[in-house]
Amino acid sequence: MSLHLVLQNLANGLSLGSLYALIAIGYTMVYGILRLINFAHGEIFMLAPYFLFYGVLIFHLPWWTSIIAAIALTAVTGMLSERIAYRPLRDAPRISVLISAIGVSFFLQNLAIVIFTGIPKSVHRPAFFKRLFQFGEIRIQSTLFASVIVSTIFLTLLIYIVYKTKTGLAMRSISTDIETSRLMAVDVDKTISITFAIGSALAAVGGILWGLRFPQLFPLMGMMPGLKAFIAAVVGGIGNIPGAMLGGLLLGMSEILFVAFLPALSGYRDAFIFAILILILLLKPDGILGKNVQEKV
Amino acid sequence: MELLNVDNITMKFGGLTAVGNFKLKIVPGELIGLIGPNGAGKTTVFNMITGIYTPTINKIYFQDRDITGIKPDKIAKVGIARTFQNIRLLENLTVIDNVMIGFHLHLKSNLASAILKFPNYVREEESIYRKSMELLEKVELEKYELEKAGSLPYGHQRKLEIIRALATGPKLLLLDEPAAGMNPQETKDLMSFIQKIQNDFELTILLIEHDMKVVMGICRRILVMDYGITIAEGNPAEIQNNPEVIKAYLGVDVNYA
Amino acid sequence: MKKQNEKIFTILALIVLGILVYLAESNLDPYKLRILNLGAIYVTLGVSLNLIYGFTGQFSLGHAGFMAIGAYVTSLLVLPAYYKEMIFILEPLVWPFTVMHTPFIIALLLSGLFAAIAALLIGLPVLRLKGDYLGIATLGFAEIIRIIANNIPQITNGALGIKGIPEFTNLWWTAGVAIVTIYIIKGLIHSSYGRALMAIRENEIAAEVIGVNLTYHKVMSFTISAFFAGVAGGLFACLLTTIDPKAFMFVMTFNILIVVVLGGLGSITGTVLAAFLFNFSLEYLRPIEAGFNIGPIIIPAIPGLRMVSFSALLLIVILYKQNGLMGGIEFSWKGLARFIRKIFPNKKSSEGSSI
Ligand SMILES: Nc1ncnc2c1ncn2[C@@H]1O[C@H](COP(=O)(O)OP(=O)(O)O)[C@@H](O)[C@H]1O
Ligand SMILES: [Mg+2]
Repeated sequence: MSLHLVLQNLANGLSLGSLYALIAIGYTMVYGILRLINFAHGEIFMLAPYFLFYGVLIFHLPWWTSIIAAIALTAVTGMLSERIAYRPLRDAPRISVLISAIGVSFFLQNLAIVIFTGIPKSVHRPAFFKRLFQFGEIRIQSTLFASVIVSTIFLTLLIYIVYKTKTGLAMRSISTDIETSRLMAVDVDKTISITFAIGSALAAVGGILWGLRFPQLFPLMGMMPGLKAFIAAVVGGIGNIPGAMLGGLLLGMSEILFVAFLPALSGYRDAFIFAILILILLLKPDGILGKNVQEKV
Repeated sequence: MELLNVDNITMKFGGLTAVGNFKLKIVPGELIGLIGPNGAGKTTVFNMITGIYTPTINKIYFQDRDITGIKPDKIAKVGIARTFQNIRLLENLTVIDNVMIGFHLHLKSNLASAILKFPNYVREEESIYRKSMELLEKVELEKYELEKAGSLPYGHQRKLEIIRALATGPKLLLLDEPAAGMNPQETKDLMSFIQKIQNDFELTILLIEHDMKVVMGICRRILVMDYGITIAEGNPAEIQNNPEVIKAYLGVDVNYA
Repeated sequence: MKKQNEKIFTILALIVLGILVYLAESNLDPYKLRILNLGAIYVTLGVSLNLIYGFTGQFSLGHAGFMAIGAYVTSLLVLPAYYKEMIFILEPLVWPFTVMHTPFIIALLLSGLFAAIAALLIGLPVLRLKGDYLGIATLGFAEIIRIIANNIPQITNGALGIKGIPEFTNLWWTAGVAIVTIYIIKGLIHSSYGRALMAIRENEIAAEVIGVNLTYHKVMSFTISAFFAGVAGGLFACLLTTIDPKAFMFVMTFNILIVVVLGGLGSITGTVLAAFLFNFSLEYLRPIEAGFNIGPIIIPAIPGLRMVSFSALLLIVILYKQNGLMGGIEFSWKGLARFIRKIFPNKKSSEGSSI
């Protein structure tokens, strides 16, 4: 394989990986705090690009307004899902909450079918997002740049919030020990709401970039990227924010490079991702950056 | 020949040496006390003997057989049973099930005959049930047969856990702070109970306790640990007057005189 | 109640069930029969998942994969040879699948066997994992199975799937398999081995120290569970008559998980109830999206509305019944007798208490 092809694929992997990273954050933050695999997160991701394109097409909003509105709406949907379907179950068995998350996922998927219909919709992208940049022999889509740049900005913002603000401190404290945090007067409900808002907003950013990159929308489009982003979170070490970013990048890269080097096996690309997951779990069950906690007997 | 030979084992957790150079030889029929302040490494010794942890250095022999690094269920099979400092019952199962499970490792009937309730299995199950009831009677818990184990009062749970360990038919029994949380009278009763089962079941017992007075009455040999190190070994009188031990327990140096 | 009496009651109940199946098979329309069949298949799926998750405490999300194996094995074994030649368009079916042909019952048993072998191979390495990690790893394996099915058209006809599978499945089969499954899994639970499985669920370290071999018992439970999932997959294929890899996505596992949790973890009775409720409510919500008239107002057909209502219903049930419908309680003749005595106290005792 020639050098420029390798570079081309690395660039593709980087951009796909940064999208996975954006989605993985929501999984990892929610898991860190509630020990819940939020299976509805993929649907949250799917809603954002729909909101965007309906804003543009039906309400004739300008692109930028529409993008902001879509992110806000998605964040609100995420918060609402927690308020309605998870909060009442805070003392219930964990599996009941998981079933609730699956219920929310089914609900949003089908609500999308009712509202947006199940027919895939092609997206009219603003001209900028169709542009190709040429670097020697490497051709790079503008969305690819956008993915990397936008993700970097938002992930930096996230790191700032989590590690440098009071809200972030509350989040970290709840994820260590929810009961003690409550005793220390941390507003648990509010912090969890904020966590869902942030996770959903990041998924929205990911969803919008995804919609611009693969301009075809359908209500089930959140399932596979959602599952893979969750895997990214597990691979990186679930509950660990830098781990989710690392896992996302790693997975995006592996997926693209697998197809690039073994085109004959491209039908197995998702299987390859699952194989990586299983391998990591068997070798280092707590993920790459996860802490290994041995049960004291 | 000794029953158990713990040959100079060491257990490290990261940088922390929880147990260092621990040596212990037990001959059949002994009742040995293992005492020491909290965090001394006593439970860790049990965890290594029962295969939950593998010693970082050196080996453990049971009846001359190397059992280092063998899985806990295999160790139970060769005849070592234990209780836990923080009781580990099968809380949602009945009291009788908690005892009957102890006999599972000696079950002869195969899976198919157990599922399809062949006569050989039914007979074996009935005999396991009888023996379990007998054990429960020994601690006067038979009337709680069908209660959930987790709903028993604390003292009963402790006894149930000992009974469950006995059900596995051990030669060596390891008891981890069985008197924890009991009042002095209950503690006294428990100690006579331990002596009784030692006789009835021809057991060898290693007993952890952090209150040294408790074991003085029933153990003829006592080991004292502090910070992972065995600081003294001997009969109760020797232990009581050992300055190292007094220092460990009282936190003061008594050699000033 | 005496053991002997319980046996008689059980046999009577089975006879009544047999009569009901006979009546249903001869009177109900195919549409209603299909719902009942699906319900019975979900019983098999749910009870088998309950064995590994509810009773053994091992979070397994691999059921769809084992079902897929069963569905393909049965399909390949019951399809007539000439028909196989016809439908494998992408790539011709490879030998020996071209000539293999067995009766339905053998096909079902082999389906279970192949699923069990897969479970054995998967279980040995992954059952060391715990909790959600085990769940996601088994889900991964199930997806790998599905993706493989998608990529070996010479055996599975790839994404096109297999069509025209003989419709062997009827209520006799689905109810019969469900009853055998319940009988065997109940027999296992109420044995020393079952006690060992529940010991693992309750406290893994305690179980191991009492002498329960974790690997053997977990893998045994996982393999038996997968066996029945494979058989259910075979029934499923011969009920729907078409299968393709998409039918076995992880959503299928979620459906089974919903049945198990809604029924109440560790309750076979609950699973049976939930399996039928799940399928009934799915079907009875169908008119919602068909479009209808309220007087002069015409509500147009809205696709998706059925599933929206269904998931809303699911959410409501889980919010109000957090421990499932049966909350871990099991049906027994004794319990029924007690229950009946409670609603209809017999004269003597009620008079006695009123004085
Ligand atoms: N799994 C483990 N990981 C890390 N440290 C451990 C572990 N188990 C025990 N320790 C440490 O080893 C030391 C000895 O503990 P333990 O054997 O429980 O003491 P004791 O039973 O005498 O109170 C303690 O400092 C404890 O924190
Ligand atoms: Mg201890």
